[in-house]
Amino acid sequence: MSHRMTQALWTVATVVAISTLLPVSALNAQAAATPTRPAAAAHAPAQPWKKIPIPALPEFKPEQPKRVELANGLVIFLQEDHELPFINGSILIRGGSRDEPAAKVGLVSMYGEAWRTSGTATMDGDKLDDVLESKAAHIETSGGSANTSLRWSSLKGDFDTVFASAVDLLLHPAFKPDKLALAQRQLYTSIARRNDDASGIAIREAVKLVYGPDSPFARQPEFSTVAAVTLDDLKQWHDRTVVPNEMIVAVSGDFNSSEMEKKLRAAFEPLQRGSAMPAEKFTFTDPRPGIRFAEKDDVNQSNVLIVGLGTERRNPDYYALSVMNEVFSGGFGSRVVQSVRTRLGLAYSVDGSFGASYDHPGIFYVIAGTKSASTVAATKAMLDEVNRLKTDPPSAAELAKAKDQLLNSFIFHFDSPEKTLNEQVTLAFYGYPSDFLDRYKTGIEKVTSEDVSRVARKYVDPDKLGIVVVGNEAEIKPPLSTLGKVTDLDITIPPPPGKPAK
Amino acid sequence: MPVRRVLATLILGIALVSTARSQDLASFEKRTTVKVLPNGLTLIVCERPEAPVFSFYTLVDAGSANDPQGESGLAHMFEHMAFKGSTEIGTTNYPAEKLALAKVETAYAAYDDEYRKRVGQNPAKLAQLKKAFEDAQDAAERYVVPNQFSEIAEQNGAVGINASTSEDSTQYFWSMPSNRLELWAYLESQRIAHPVQREFYKERDVVQEERRMRIDSNPIGRMVEQFLATAYVAHPYGRSGVGWESELSQVSATEAENFHKKYYVPSNIVIAVVGDLKASQTMPILERYFSKIPPGPRPAPMTTVEPPQFAEKSVVIREATQPFYIEGYHRPDYRDPDDSVYDAITDIFSNGRTARLYRSLVRDQKIAAEAEGFSGFPGSKFPGLFAFYAVPLPGHTPDEMRTAIHKELDRLKTEDVTDEELQRFKTRARADLLRGLADNEGLAHQLAEYQTRYGDWRQLFRELDKINAVSKADIRRVANKVFLDSNRTSTRIEYVAPKASARNQGGAE
Repeated sequence: MSHRMTQALWTVATVVAISTLLPVSALNAQAAATPTRPAAAAHAPAQPWKKIPIPALPEFKPEQPKRVELANGLVIFLQEDHELPFINGSILIRGGSRDEPAAKVGLVSMYGEAWRTSGTATMDGDKLDDVLESKAAHIETSGGSANTSLRWSSLKGDFDTVFASAVDLLLHPAFKPDKLALAQRQLYTSIARRNDDASGIAIREAVKLVYGPDSPFARQPEFSTVAAVTLDDLKQWHDRTVVPNEMIVAVSGDFNSSEMEKKLRAAFEPLQRGSAMPAEKFTFTDPRPGIRFAEKDDVNQSNVLIVGLGTERRNPDYYALSVMNEVFSGGFGSRVVQSVRTRLGLAYSVDGSFGASYDHPGIFYVIAGTKSASTVAATKAMLDEVNRLKTDPPSAAELAKAKDQLLNSFIFHFDSPEKTLNEQVTLAFYGYPSDFLDRYKTGIEKVTSEDVSRVARKYVDPDKLGIVVVGNEAEIKPPLSTLGKVTDLDITIPPPPGKPAK
Repeated sequence: MPVRRVLATLILGIALVSTARSQDLASFEKRTTVKVLPNGLTLIVCERPEAPVFSFYTLVDAGSANDPQGESGLAHMFEHMAFKGSTEIGTTNYPAEKLALAKVETAYAAYDDEYRKRVGQNPAKLAQLKKAFEDAQDAAERYVVPNQFSEIAEQNGAVGINASTSEDSTQYFWSMPSNRLELWAYLESQRIAHPVQREFYKERDVVQEERRMRIDSNPIGRMVEQFLATAYVAHPYGRSGVGWESELSQVSATEAENFHKKYYVPSNIVIAVVGDLKASQTMPILERYFSKIPPGPRPAPMTTVEPPQFAEKSVVIREATQPFYIEGYHRPDYRDPDDSVYDAITDIFSNGRTARLYRSLVRDQKIAAEAEGFSGFPGSKFPGLFAFYAVPLPGHTPDEMRTAIHKELDRLKTEDVTDEELQRFKTRARADLLRGLADNEGLAHQLAEYQTRYGDWRQLFRELDKINAVSKADIRRVANKVFLDSNRTSTRIEYVAPKASARNQGGAE
């Protein structure tokens, strides 16, 4: 159970921050770093900060997690961290919502809910809640796009019992009809509410525009696809995916690695190797240019999104593209923020990225929220910056800042044992080399201004970008049609089976 | 560094039975240093040498509740301005810029005078004054190096650069590699001591966009604004934190400067720094930069106290938005001896799948997708609300939410909570405290917050004593005192089908 709404209430009503945390996670698969632009100024004053000594940063090589591979293919990572008396664990299981049948979209999300709330053959989910909460311990399951997961956390003194429950849940789940129904009700609620939030509509439609409305990376659960999911679907999904050769177990915290390894071997070695999920071949085509518009008559601000296909991190141009991102949209000093927010005052939240995912193209996006009347002006300013990527290579100062920003903040990729562990788990999951971070650093160091303009020319193509606007049409003056052909989006929510449309 | 890790491993390897010995108050006493400078500014340095980085948290004990009458949104506006640099940062020529900015204020005052005229406003004169104001801004703009303050931080590896304004306080924070400590101290002391209201009126446009995003164009935002405005009749907690549009759109740089003068005095500020730092080396550096901030009198505490509510108030919003229900009850501020009792009720009503509202409304009655209660809304420095909300499932109404929540509140008043519930609250409070200690950012926040609110960061650990003292009788007593019909404000959204929209009737395209 999340505190989603409580946080929303706080955020909305009381805490107003200098930079927004947009819900763009759907767009941005890349952990954002930070970024910049030129100080310029011919008659620069003293700049006293330049005289402040910056000592060398102490050498810091975090201990890498210990990797163990069992005969059945299960991979284990162990990361000792003795600062606090807790032990946390996770099991990543290949296969996620992008692999679920089109007629049952929502299956994996509900599987992630009902797996834990149903409990096990010997302890139902409600009882498990009582037992765990009395120890301030947690076991949770969830469904994602590429994988599902089971995670647990407890004081180290409770590890044995909590871990035993986690393994019990992994091996002996008891999917129950009332808990599937509960998960369905939750999804029905979010479907019914999805048009209340203007930025949510914009992001959803933009993702559909980039990947295609039926793409496994874009499609949405509907009343009918959620209703179509049965208890058997959950059981079959579980039996099909929970095979050791498709799982990664990661444990961190206050333990001794060799003792922990023994416990994990005892729990997981008996598992029989199973058949891997066939690797799906997804296809990607660039979106058609043009403007898509969705009407929302209760807002006074338009959400504008310009989107196209991004790239994968294994692309050798990833480093140059990362530097381009910093110049383009990485922080207060970046071109988009300097222009749309600071110079023109047209938006509070403005952001963008040439997105790179691990195993499929990410999304190239620029997003802003602007008052209805300045919709066209803001969109133009955003497009100008996209075009400027191709025409204006980064200046020496821009390049230096972008690289400084990436390299000076590099330490924050691994400043806690948890981050170091998560990095290794992610790399292993997507089949990347374990030294990917080191390569990334070296790659960034080598990027030149020519590299950035080369990748900008190669990857940024305004003819392959679509525009999505959600706003209040009566207030949008000049109208969007001054920008080009406008196609209306139908965001009507298809009613539940057997119910008439409103 | 590696040596320290090895040692830690050895020690813990031997003392397997010891629990959180390294994370108790005594261990923090050893690595936490507090210094109050002669100008009144409080510095906290906490050594946490896990990786060569640090986080800071600057807490200014003034927030939206301190916005002057007619200038709602000013505290937040100033927070934005704190990223615009200083007399040394963000300018190509400060003496010239200063003169240009003074002209902007003169031109704005003239324009504003004409604009606010209730009788005899002269449109031609207004246009002329507006032009003069815009020209003055353009002239000042020539000296600006936009975003230089943030750029310096970003180029030096700062991450999580941000700030927030709540009703109670304004806070600034980011994390940086530890070799940039002195650079940070310079930047932070500059913006506290010598802020410059450059590009104020463009930033005001930006903040109005923030209002449109968070409030005007968001059904929950609109609802909460009305909810709070209805719950409070006297205290500023009832005012929009981001500001009413009419006031936000008319605040001036001069007003922002006055706000700074009054509230950003060193004695009203606590700064906590946590990370790979040695207090013996760090404190002298911080002193060097922060002691230069000129002292000022501590702002006088607020006089307004919200009068007792004596009748239920309610707001009904009918619009084409999915239904929602929220209600709130006035409670005392955080210094109340029963503060931890409210925490207990929050925990028992809201924490996880064992919580009463989840089990009752979500799991058993099957009427809500989510239901929780939380306390100290929109703030806790002054008497805030204990609020409950529920998100109805499709086909269910706000009225059903209200009835179900009241049933749980009645039960809380008439029956003791169970031993398990009370114990669970205490266990979780302890674990949550511990879980928060291994994080520079969170720790800096906690230390600054407790130092500000209690005058001693140690209260962070001592809270557990208060929590452990909470009894079943306390919970019943407080429930009977606070959750009264006459002390309630409720707000609901009732769905009504949309009117045929303008565009279907041939609206503009």
